[in-house]
Amino acid sequence: MTADVTTGPGVESVFARCREEGRAALVCYLPVGFPSVEGSVRAMVAMVEAGADIIEVGIPYTDPVMDGPTVAYAADQALKRGVHVRDVFTATQAVRDAGAPPLVMTYWNLVLRYGVPTFARDLKAAGGAGLITPDLIPDEAADWIGASDETGLDRVFLVAPSSTDQRLAAVTRQCRGFVYAVSHMGVTGARESLGDAAKVIVERTKAVTELPVCVGVGVSGGAQAAEIAAYADGVIVGSALVRCLTEATDEEAGLTALRSLVGELADGVRSGS
Amino acid sequence: MAEPTPDLTPEPLERLGRFGDFGGRFVPEALIPALEELDEARHKAMVDPEFLGELERLHRTYTGRPSIITEVPRFAEHAGGARVILKREDLNHTGSHKINNVLAQALLTKRMGKTRVIAETGAGQHGVATATAAALMGLECVVYMGKVDTERQALNVARMRMLGAEVVAVPTGSATLKDAINEALRDWVANVGHTHYILGTVTGPHPFPEMVRDFHRIIGVEARSQVLDLTGRLPDAVIACVGGGSNAMGIFHRFIDDPDVRLIGVEAGGEGIESGRHAARFASADPGVLHGTFSYLMQDDDGQTLETHSVSAGLDYPSVGPEHSHLRDTGRAEYRYATDDKAMEAFRLLCRTEGIIPALESSHALAGAIEVGRELGPDALLLVNLSGRGDKDMHTAAEWFGLIDGEAVPEGRAEEPRATGDGRTQL
Ligand SMILES: Cc1ncc(COP(=O)(O)O)c(C=O)c1O
Repeated sequence: MTADVTTGPGVESVFARCREEGRAALVCYLPVGFPSVEGSVRAMVAMVEAGADIIEVGIPYTDPVMDGPTVAYAADQALKRGVHVRDVFTATQAVRDAGAPPLVMTYWNLVLRYGVPTFARDLKAAGGAGLITPDLIPDEAADWIGASDETGLDRVFLVAPSSTDQRLAAVTRQCRGFVYAVSHMGVTGARESLGDAAKVIVERTKAVTELPVCVGVGVSGGAQAAEIAAYADGVIVGSALVRCLTEATDEEAGLTALRSLVGELADGVRSGS
Repeated sequence: MAEPTPDLTPEPLERLGRFGDFGGRFVPEALIPALEELDEARHKAMVDPEFLGELERLHRTYTGRPSIITEVPRFAEHAGGARVILKREDLNHTGSHKINNVLAQALLTKRMGKTRVIAETGAGQHGVATATAAALMGLECVVYMGKVDTERQALNVARMRMLGAEVVAVPTGSATLKDAINEALRDWVANVGHTHYILGTVTGPHPFPEMVRDFHRIIGVEARSQVLDLTGRLPDAVIACVGGGSNAMGIFHRFIDDPDVRLIGVEAGGEGIESGRHAARFASADPGVLHGTFSYLMQDDDGQTLETHSVSAGLDYPSVGPEHSHLRDTGRAEYRYATDDKAMEAFRLLCRTEGIIPALESSHALAGAIEVGRELGPDALLLVNLSGRGDKDMHTAAEWFGLIDGEAVPEGRAEEPRATGDGRTQL
C-alpha cells in the first residue's frame, strides 16, 4: 500500500512541488528537547516559517554512534533535562500544523522498546511523515517495513559512499519518501568542504532508483546548499542548525540565528540549478 | 585435536548472525561493506592452512599456549570441598585471554590489507593485547577507553602507551566501556578504508560475536582434554565471568554438546540488584539493541541505555553477547551474579590460599565457584576460567583492603580466611 500523494502522511508531495519549482528541497534537523521540549518545538516551527520544506525531528539517545560532538551534546543535554521518547509526538504535531511534514530520525532501540507497530500508529496519529533510521538497515527491518506499509509512513534508509552497487539497489528498493545519501564517511558535523564524494554517491544512487536522493552530513551554509542542490533532490542540514541553539546566549538569540541560517539555506537550494 | 570444519553455507539474509532471536547487524549502512569484507576474510582464513598455521605458531611461541590448568585444593576448601581446577588464561602473554582473539584479528587485518587497528577497552586488557599485537605486526593502533576506566586502570594506560598505541580517554556518557565502543564505532565509520576495528568481546554486529567466539574457542578445547587427562572425567560445571562474554564463550563452546556439563556464567552484581548499581543483565534486563546487536540490555522504559556499575571495569557493560542470551533463554547455560563484596572476597581468598592474584573480572567467576561448590558438595568437579591476572587491579585492591602505605589494614580484612567445617568462609 503506498500513501496517496495528496492525503498521505509522507513527503512525496514536497518533492513534487520542488520539482515544479525547479529546485531542491531543504530538510532541516533538530533534536526534540533542546533547549527544552517547548523550546525545540518553537525552533522547529521557526524553521518551517523560514523556509524549511521538511523537518527532521531527532529523538535524543544515550549512544548516538552516527553523531558528531554538536548533535551528541544537544542530545545529552536534552536527556539530562528529562526529554522522553513520547515528546517527539508533540514536536511532529506542531511541525505538521505549521505546514511541513515531520520525519522522525531515531536510533532503533527507542522504537523497538516502544513497540514497532504502536510507534508507527502513534507517529501517524501525531502528524508524522515517517522515519529516518541511521542504525537500521533494511535487512533487519522486517517489522518496520510491515508497520510502515500498514500506516503509509515513509521509511528513509541511508546509503553511504562505501555502499556497493548491490547494496545501493537493495537499500533503495526498501526506501519510501526519499533516499538519504551520506555525503562522506564519518559522523554528523558541519564541514567546510564536502568534496566530490557527495556528488558521486548521489549519481550512483540515482542510477538505481527513481526516488528523490537527498544529501546529508556536513552541510553548513547557503553556498554548500546551492552546490549540492545542483545535483541532488534535497539538502539535509543538522549540526549547523543545532549550533545556532547551543551557541546562543538566550532562546530569542538562538531563534534569530536559526531563522537567518534557514533563510540562507532556503535561498541556496533555490539557486542551485 | 580434530575440530569440525566451520559450516560455510550462506545464511538467508534476515537470519544473518542470529543465535535464536538474538544477534544481527544493527549498524549504519556505511559499515556494512566492511562487515561483509571481514566475514568473507574470516571464513577464508579459518580454512586456510597458512592462516591457521601462523596463528598456531603465535599461540605456541608468543602467547605461551596451551595455557596450563591448576588444581587449587586450599581454595577449594572454601568451595564446599569440591574439586576446583583453574584454566590459567592469566598466564598468557599480556595477562589475559584477550590476546587469543587479538592475534587472530590482527592477522586478519593484514590479510585484508589494512594498516591501522582501533579497539575499545574497559579494564585495559583488550587494549593492551591490541597494542601488543599492533607492535608485533607493525600496525598503527588507537585505543578508546572511558575516562573513568583510564583512572581506575592507569597502569594499563601506561602499558599501552609504552607499546606505541595512542590512548584516547572518552569523557562522554558514563565514560566507561560502552562509551569507548561508541567512539571506536565513530572512528571506524570515518576510517573504514584502511582501519580494522578489533572488537574485544563476543558482541557487536555480525560477524563479531561468532568470530570472536571462534578465536577464543581454543580455551575450552584445551581445557576439556586437560581436565579429562587429569581427572578421567568431564567437569560437573564450567564457570566463567561474563562481561561482553568472550572468555565465557571461549571456555563454554567446546562443552555445549556435553549435556551433563553445566555452563555457568557469572555477571557483575555490583552493589546488589536492588541498588540498581550493577551489570547483571540477566537478573534485570529485557532484550534490546546496543552496539549493533540484539541482546539482553540494561535500559530504561524509553529504551535509553542505563548506566552500570561494577568494581571490575571489564564487566561494567550494559549489554551482553547475543549467544549468551540464546544459551540463557534455551536453558543450556545458567547465569548468576557476584556482588562487588563477594568478588573481592574471592579475590583475596585466591591470593591467600593459592598464591595466585586473579583479575577482578575473574574473581567474579571464583565467587561463583565458591557458591556452586557449596551447592554441589565434595564430589563435584568444577572448571573455572581464570581469564586474567590481577596486576592491573592492585590499585583498586589496595584501596578496597586499605593496603596503601601508612594506612592500617582494617580489622577482619587482614587475617587469613579460614574454612569452617560447614564449608563457609570465615573472614
Ligand atoms: C581478565 C578479564 N576477564 C574478563 C573480561 C570480560 O570480558 P569478557 O566477558 O568478554 O570475557 C575482561 C575484560 O576486560 C578481562 O580483562
